[in-house]
Amino acid sequence: MAYVAVKGGEVAIGAAHAWLARVRRGDPSLPQIDAVQIEAQLGRAVDRVMAEGALYDRHLAALAILQAQGDLIEAAFLLRAYRTTLPRLIDTEPVDTGAMRLHRRISAIFKDLPGGQRLGPTTDYTHRLLDFERPEPEPVITTIARTASPAPRATDLLGAEALLEPDPSGTGEPADLTMAALGFPAGRDLRLQTLARGDEGFLLALGYSTQRGYGNTHPFVGELRVGEVAVAITPPELGFAIEIGDITLTECQMVNQFAGSKAVPPQFTRGYGLCFGHADRRAIAMALVDRSMRAEDLGEDVKAPAQNAEFVLSHCDNVEATGFVEHLKLPHHVDFQSALETIRAMRRDAEASDARL
Amino acid sequence: MQGYNFAYLDEQTKRMIRRAVLKAVAIPGHQVPFASREMPLPYGWGTGGIQLTAALIGPDDVLKVIDQGADDTTNAVSIRSFFARVAGVRTTTRTTEASLIQTRHRIPETPLRADQIIIYQVPMPDPLYRLEPSRPVARRLHAMVDYGAMHVKLYEDITRFGRVAVSYDHPVMVNQRYLMSPSPIPAFDNPKLHRSPALQLFGAGREKRIYAVPPFTSVVSLDFEDHEFNPQRAPQTCALCGSTTSYLDEMVIDDQGGRMFACSDTDFCEQQRQAQHDHAA
Repeated sequence: MAYVAVKGGEVAIGAAHAWLARVRRGDPSLPQIDAVQIEAQLGRAVDRVMAEGALYDRHLAALAILQAQGDLIEAAFLLRAYRTTLPRLIDTEPVDTGAMRLHRRISAIFKDLPGGQRLGPTTDYTHRLLDFERPEPEPVITTIARTASPAPRATDLLGAEALLEPDPSGTGEPADLTMAALGFPAGRDLRLQTLARGDEGFLLALGYSTQRGYGNTHPFVGELRVGEVAVAITPPELGFAIEIGDITLTECQMVNQFAGSKAVPPQFTRGYGLCFGHADRRAIAMALVDRSMRAEDLGEDVKAPAQNAEFVLSHCDNVEATGFVEHLKLPHHVDFQSALETIRAMRRDAEASDARL
Repeated sequence: MQGYNFAYLDEQTKRMIRRAVLKAVAIPGHQVPFASREMPLPYGWGTGGIQLTAALIGPDDVLKVIDQGADDTTNAVSIRSFFARVAGVRTTTRTTEASLIQTRHRIPETPLRADQIIIYQVPMPDPLYRLEPSRPVARRLHAMVDYGAMHVKLYEDITRFGRVAVSYDHPVMVNQRYLMSPSPIPAFDNPKLHRSPALQLFGAGREKRIYAVPPFTSVVSLDFEDHEFNPQRAPQTCALCGSTTSYLDEMVIDDQGGRMFACSDTDFCEQQRQAQHDHAA
């Protein structure tokens, strides 16, 4: 019998890519989707890919989604692989989310507060009934006069009464996850950076686990806000800050119950979530996990997965995770061959010792 | 509504839920598993309560929905409009007019009657989940009436904070048998559970549990002889109706520390003001 060695990999790959291109294009009698349409009409997918791809560029994210056939992890991967090639020219000034031009701002802990509650473009109170009428009728444009009343952060209002732990003020340069390997123990700056680009599903599941008793943090959404903030840089030759554009962010300030001890009076503690685009789920989950990972610092028992910073941070990156999980489909026959030989040898030894008995 | 049964759920599902309700009523405070369905509102928005309401509501019912005590909060508005849409029933904001009241986080100030049913939306039905996250183990603890861990937790609060640090969802003993989560109502509302003439039903959609407190059933908040149950209420007066006994919401009115307090139960507040107006006239 002829033994056919698996060769001709180059031809196989070429054929696979050609097939992939055909599948991606789909039925050629239908019009092609354009990245511009994805950017305009699949905004939440774009937001997620920008967050996990760790690059704020709506158009490139849309392009990646199109190229990845809507596989959002693959799209984030494409974006990351591009991002890593970009030169780092300058660091921006910290963005001021307090000065955000708000699209949405809700507080679950006060019925009303200065600046008011604003729902914004949310699905929160939609009824999930499939709308069979496609294409949907053009939405009626209603313009509501925007009141520009200042909306101080709900947590600042609470902080004024000292019922909430103070926000730790940043000292010195924050660490940079993209410029050095993640090490442990990881400071909060590194933790938040890692969570900000972590897998939404992973953060969601871990945050959820804390709500179901695996490391409870008694959370309240102090405030969730979505809107645009200005990004500014200070070129060294100018010496003053100039704005270079706006980005949309979602910020969640979680207020968590009691962490009192003999030395510290009972007070609320904080969890923080911040991410690109409009992404309530990601920001809330991130804030839950952030607070959960502070368990050790706050003198709480560390028992649940979400409280274990090393566990969370080492496994939340979906580009890393999907790579390692999926690499199992690569050829491993050399290793497997050695395993085969070992197991055969072990069986021989066992049989030989049985025969001796 | 076209394409959907009366009150959204199909009749078989309703029957399944009603059977769970009957069992729950027969074993007060015991959590009955049920085949919770996906609802057109997300888990956490009150899918357990919505399923109970959908299974019980009839064309003659009058529905009131509150969230945080108020009829005008977004989620209450949404659920009320959902049932108006899928069941076409009459809705009300008046506690006294309603035959079914679905609630999240409050019990109305106005005492309930025997011809009313109150349906609580429940996030975490097992009162032990923070102490014992494994559901099978917790179930065994309930079977053995092994509630020592909860007493120890409350005791530890007292030694650390000088008082029980549970301000809402304060666990209760139902009919001297089952430890029960009253849902995250403020401890202030717990006494209203005790020997209420109304049937009280609790639905947890995501956790797939239904439980009940039948009318006139004993419901006792967990405490100690020397540290009696002592619920907190903001000591202020309602800025709108002047009530000194109702549960109050705190509203921030400026960034200079200004606060306003008003009844969380908007219907109660309205009725108080109406009565004052009538009295003055």
